[in-house]
Amino acid sequence: MTIRAEREIVSQSAEDKRSISELTALSAEARQLIVRAVHRAGAGHLGGPFSATDLLISLYFDVLRIDPNQPDWPQRDRFILSKGHSSIALYAVLAMRGFFPIEELDTFDQIDSRLQGHPDMTKLPGLDMSTGSLGQGLSPGVGMALGARLRNLGFRTWVMLGDGEIQEGQVWEAAFTAARYELDNLIAILDFNGLPQFGWPQAGGFTRERPIDDPAAKFRAFGWHVVECDGHDHPSIRAAFDQAMVHSGQPTLVLAHTVKGKGVSFMEGDFNWHAKVPTDAELQQALSELNGTASRPNPEA
Amino acid sequence: MIDATTLVSTTSTGQPVAMREAWGQGLVDLAHQYFDLLVLDGDLANSTRADIFAAAYPDRFLEMGIAEQNMIGVAAGLATVGYVPWISTFAAFLAKRALDQIRVVVAQPGLNVKLCGSYSGILTSKTGKTHQAVQDLAVFRSMPGVVTIAPADAVELRGAMAAMMEMTEPVYLRLTRDPSPTIFPPDHHFQIGRAVLLRGGRDIGLIGTGVQTVRVLEAAELLRAEGVDAAVLHLPTLKPLDLGAIVQVAAQTGAIVTAEDHSVLGGLGSAVAETLAEHRPTPMRRIGWRDTYGESGPNDALLEKYGLTPGHIAAAARELLQALR
Ligand SMILES: Cc1ncc(C[n+]2csc(CCOP(=O)(O)OP(=O)(O)O)c2C)c(N)n1
Repeated sequence: MTIRAEREIVSQSAEDKRSISELTALSAEARQLIVRAVHRAGAGHLGGPFSATDLLISLYFDVLRIDPNQPDWPQRDRFILSKGHSSIALYAVLAMRGFFPIEELDTFDQIDSRLQGHPDMTKLPGLDMSTGSLGQGLSPGVGMALGARLRNLGFRTWVMLGDGEIQEGQVWEAAFTAARYELDNLIAILDFNGLPQFGWPQAGGFTRERPIDDPAAKFRAFGWHVVECDGHDHPSIRAAFDQAMVHSGQPTLVLAHTVKGKGVSFMEGDFNWHAKVPTDAELQQALSELNGTASRPNPEA
Repeated sequence: MIDATTLVSTTSTGQPVAMREAWGQGLVDLAHQYFDLLVLDGDLANSTRADIFAAAYPDRFLEMGIAEQNMIGVAAGLATVGYVPWISTFAAFLAKRALDQIRVVVAQPGLNVKLCGSYSGILTSKTGKTHQAVQDLAVFRSMPGVVTIAPADAVELRGAMAAMMEMTEPVYLRLTRDPSPTIFPPDHHFQIGRAVLLRGGRDIGLIGTGVQTVRVLEAAELLRAEGVDAAVLHLPTLKPLDLGAIVQVAAQTGAIVTAEDHSVLGGLGSAVAETLAEHRPTPMRRIGWRDTYGESGPNDALLEKYGLTPGHIAAAARELLQALR
């Protein structure tokens, strides 16, 4: 019953309800905008933005109560990209959602741009917090959720974290505090792609070892409710978000299993693509994989 | 020219008042008027005296535990919803432990958080090196967007707190622990960015900030007994800095001594030296914490050992005047 009530609110505010195929197409479009922007800027990140893309599309097109024409609407849901280095993914999704013209993505990382390398809330409407120094986003999320409760506002606060990022101690200070205040209007999403920038050494492996094991158990130990999902599967993402929104008495972590560099065969699972700029040829290959004109090499073959 | 800085007569005979108590009571008084004022505490309320506020407004007092970095972030989040969070912790932990948090989520976004650093300077109740805060002014003065205030006494503190609520910028407020004489008359009007000339004088200009200004006034008395006519300028805000008042007292005296319960690197002495080097080069001496770590001990012993007493200030003035002869 509660679930139905929640869904009604969502469909009221989201422009219209999105089908799975629409969301999947939007994800592919976002990834193309992202890789083009990074290529054009000659800088930026790709691995983290690609692992977060589907989660962001789901949030901005299907879940968050927001109004692109009124970015500072006091009742809006808040979103903090704590892993701020993935800014280009958020910018692409905000542009697609109508917060600013798609062409403005061309200014990413240029002088005087509103699209800073790391999100700057003083420059771009639609950003609820400035981030870039990892580990800091969950705490303002706690503040917003506390503020919503004190002011009797019904909005939710969402914070996206990276699994490398949660090595920062401040994340756990915030996790503890959120549980202590029973902030069920706070939802954290962990983009659990297993790879930070360089990672931990792994004996004999091509790839590097992931920074932190079993984050679900750790968040549970800190008093959080945890739901897991496949962070690249829209029905799975939506089901997890729905559960998170109706859980009461505790903050919820949506632990999203993701792949760093998701969507482009030669970037997936390779930490070297954390912040690498594609060559012209790599860009073309990436775009054709993303728009479905090139089939991806079969990993089994 | 002299009107740029108003001369305020002082009454250093005033009863010693602990600034932290005036701060706790000041919060209660402001909270009557400002419904959005909240206090966030890092498990130190009975030291900082935020407990006075907690007793009066339990619902507007948010305990954050021993987690200063998180506390700053939470305050930033609350500020985005229109609250005005006042932080209760020690200056040492605020200016260093939570420094990156202040930079990233408070100062650069310009969020309305009032950063109150209690137990500043070296007089921190026999706690020593970890708790003494002698770099806080340097840190916040060099951080864009943070107004930096160091009041001399409880009267000026109350004025500063009222002014802080009237502005939406983040502010660092430097507080001290122990009772200290009240030098300002009860009707003193505090203004952000305005220095206060506490005493006119022709021979040398003494410049102080925070409660060290009380010791500067005592130093001026010592000098007067020797026939030296010292002006005393008090700088309650290091940012914005009252350049005009600094240049003016230098122009009128031709010799300057600064004094602060803070490192001579980056604080008041640096601010004055930078100003004079650019606008009116003037021979100077700086009294303050030297480039070293502190220790625990009784207040008098600390001031004596680390060279912060009125006697040390007067001696620096004497030595400078001697050198200029
Ligand atoms: C405090 C801090 N330390 C280091 C960095 C540099 N840095 C940027 S991204 C990154 C790796 C982040 O890994 P993760 O959180 O897993 O993000 P993702 O894999 O999703 O990109 C590092 C070390 C930073 N931005 N902030």
